[in-house]
Amino acid sequence: MKKTYKVEVDCANCANKMEEATKATPGVINANLNFMTLKLNIEFEDGVDRNQVMEEVVKRCKKIEPDCEIYL
Amino acid sequence: MNKKQKKTLYRIVGTGIIAAILMALKLEDPLNFILMMVPYLLIGYDIIIKASKGIKNLQPFDENFLMTVATLGAMILGEHIEGVAVMFFYQIGELFQSYAVGKSRRNISELMDIRPDYANVEVLNDEGVPTGELERVDPYDVEIGRVIVVKAGEKIPIDGIVIEGNSTLNTAALTGESLPRDVFSGYEVISGSVNINGLLKIRTTKEFGDSTASKILDMVENAGNKKSKSEKFISKFAKIYTPIVCILALLLAIAPPLFNLISQNPPLWGQWIYRALTFLVISCPCALVVSVPLGFFAGIGGASKAGVLVKGANYLETLSKVKTVVFDKTGTLTQGVFDVAGIHHGVLDTETLLEYTALVESYSNHPIAVSIAKAYHETSGKALDKTKLIDIKEVSGQGVIGKIKDESGILDFAAGNEKLMEALGIENVIHCRSVGTLVHLAINGEYGGHILISDMEKPESKDTIKLLKKIGIKDTIMLTGDIKAVGEKVGKDLGLDKVFSQLLPQDKVAKVEELLGAKKGNDAIAFVGDGINDAPVLTRADVGIAMGALGSDAAIEAADIVLMDDNPMNIVKAIKIANKAMRIIYENIYFAIGIKLLCLVLGAVGIANMWFAIFADVGVLVLAVLNAIRTLSVRKM
Repeated sequence: MKKTYKVEVDCANCANKMEEATKATPGVINANLNFMTLKLNIEFEDGVDRNQVMEEVVKRCKKIEPDCEIYL
Repeated sequence: MNKKQKKTLYRIVGTGIIAAILMALKLEDPLNFILMMVPYLLIGYDIIIKASKGIKNLQPFDENFLMTVATLGAMILGEHIEGVAVMFFYQIGELFQSYAVGKSRRNISELMDIRPDYANVEVLNDEGVPTGELERVDPYDVEIGRVIVVKAGEKIPIDGIVIEGNSTLNTAALTGESLPRDVFSGYEVISGSVNINGLLKIRTTKEFGDSTASKILDMVENAGNKKSKSEKFISKFAKIYTPIVCILALLLAIAPPLFNLISQNPPLWGQWIYRALTFLVISCPCALVVSVPLGFFAGIGGASKAGVLVKGANYLETLSKVKTVVFDKTGTLTQGVFDVAGIHHGVLDTETLLEYTALVESYSNHPIAVSIAKAYHETSGKALDKTKLIDIKEVSGQGVIGKIKDESGILDFAAGNEKLMEALGIENVIHCRSVGTLVHLAINGEYGGHILISDMEKPESKDTIKLLKKIGIKDTIMLTGDIKAVGEKVGKDLGLDKVFSQLLPQDKVAKVEELLGAKKGNDAIAFVGDGINDAPVLTRADVGIAMGALGSDAAIEAADIVLMDDNPMNIVKAIKIANKAMRIIYENIYFAIGIKLLCLVLGAVGIANMWFAIFADVGVLVLAVLNAIRTLSVRKM
């Protein structure tokens, strides 16, 4: 199950770090943050509660870049 | 500029004024220190706040944290002006970067301004008959088969067929081709083209989401998701660069003074800590991390303007490494529009032979089948009577076998190449002296003559091969299912290096695999086809290029790069764009890493001070970003 989220982040390096953090979140198979289009593509594991996973993703990303925004 | 950027700009200007006044006053410490904290906090408060959040979240190598340490350190060491200046220029760099990136984001979305906002549908009354009124709706809501009306100046929102009206279409946004196209009733039109003059009524053949414009936008937007090797290298580099520089800074702050202490010299703590802080100023890999994806993004955006759609940054990178271009013949180097050039040794009259062949081929959309149907239509003026066709079987790569009901009974009718004749055990097969594709016929197990079909080379093909050689392509190879004589004639006419003929679709895959196995080092192989019957080869090659792919979903799906036009010259353009983008991206990588290393060395030996470091850092960022944006321009290609 793949889904795309709109993201707001100012620095390209933070975007890379956020991508790493998203990939490491349980329930996520793969993630890709495109800094140029400000889109976060996430591939979820089957059967996970997406909202729960996203809550964790947002929490982890905020830790890296408090200024970032992920629109759920 | 957005709100955030404007605010930063005001802070930069404010800081500049206050700092300049304080510098002019030349106050004594500690008053100077206290007053200098005003511009320092004004320009750096958000960074300091972020840094403290970073500490709380255990993100030690966060650039905000490093900047804060470097500048606060400088302030405490008594270098007030430098402390303020580093923050000041750092913010200028960040502002510039955010502005430039935002600007290119907008530029590229403007380039791809093919998204239709609405569709005019005919309002139907209760019986489903158009009332003549029009209603403006969201293109998402238009079902397949509805009639939409496109007025002059409007974009065609959904793919379809013209059912009424004549007009000229501008397809420049889609194909990069500025020559307008005339369309009339019965013509297939694609979404994203602009109707220049007349009023067109179009019956939609696709849903909005499957229409060309939506697909293209989707492709371009998602292109950045396939990351190139250079981008992966940069992310890896960024990950280790900052920690390494920080550790070096720590060593620089501690080791030399300790060494001095041991060797009973003055330790010079202040001097070494200052040098260490200089290190921290250049610890941010921003210039690299932003300029490389920006270069790819702008390159892909520029290419799409020229009618070359690149499906991922990695493909742009691979395309620049292509040394061998493999072409499919039909529809790629030749027009793929066949004409029946003659019927030889026919046992029945021409019209009947054409009719029967057209009948058995009637379920194929292969260009040859289409040309035979066309020839029958032109000679007889009649439509095909498909009730005469009883049975039909396709033999892949050979032809078709069918049964046809005739006045005299039921005929076994076969049409195909020599291999089919051989398989059927037909004797006395006659070979033709003319060069062209032959469709041999067999009726009730006896040879029935052959139809000679010829294809024309595209006028641009020859120059394409010549130019490819000029831009550094070593090998040009053509694969074709056609007979040897045809393949070699085309190969010789166009100046190709190698020609492989009589290949079945699976042979083409095998041939490309053979070439892939034989290639050297980093060289890549591109395959160019028109997407008909060659999807597996497109997928297999290092880069699959589909051309003239407008409206062909299979090709868009299978290819890595899609040429919107069927002009082979666009292959040259695509490679040139890739070469330029990669050249700029490598320039940025070497330039940024080079300057950073130079600064580190000069900083360590004390030649470069903090001013030098911040200028170098921001300067590299600005230049790298400006350089990356250059990839957007593809006009002279």
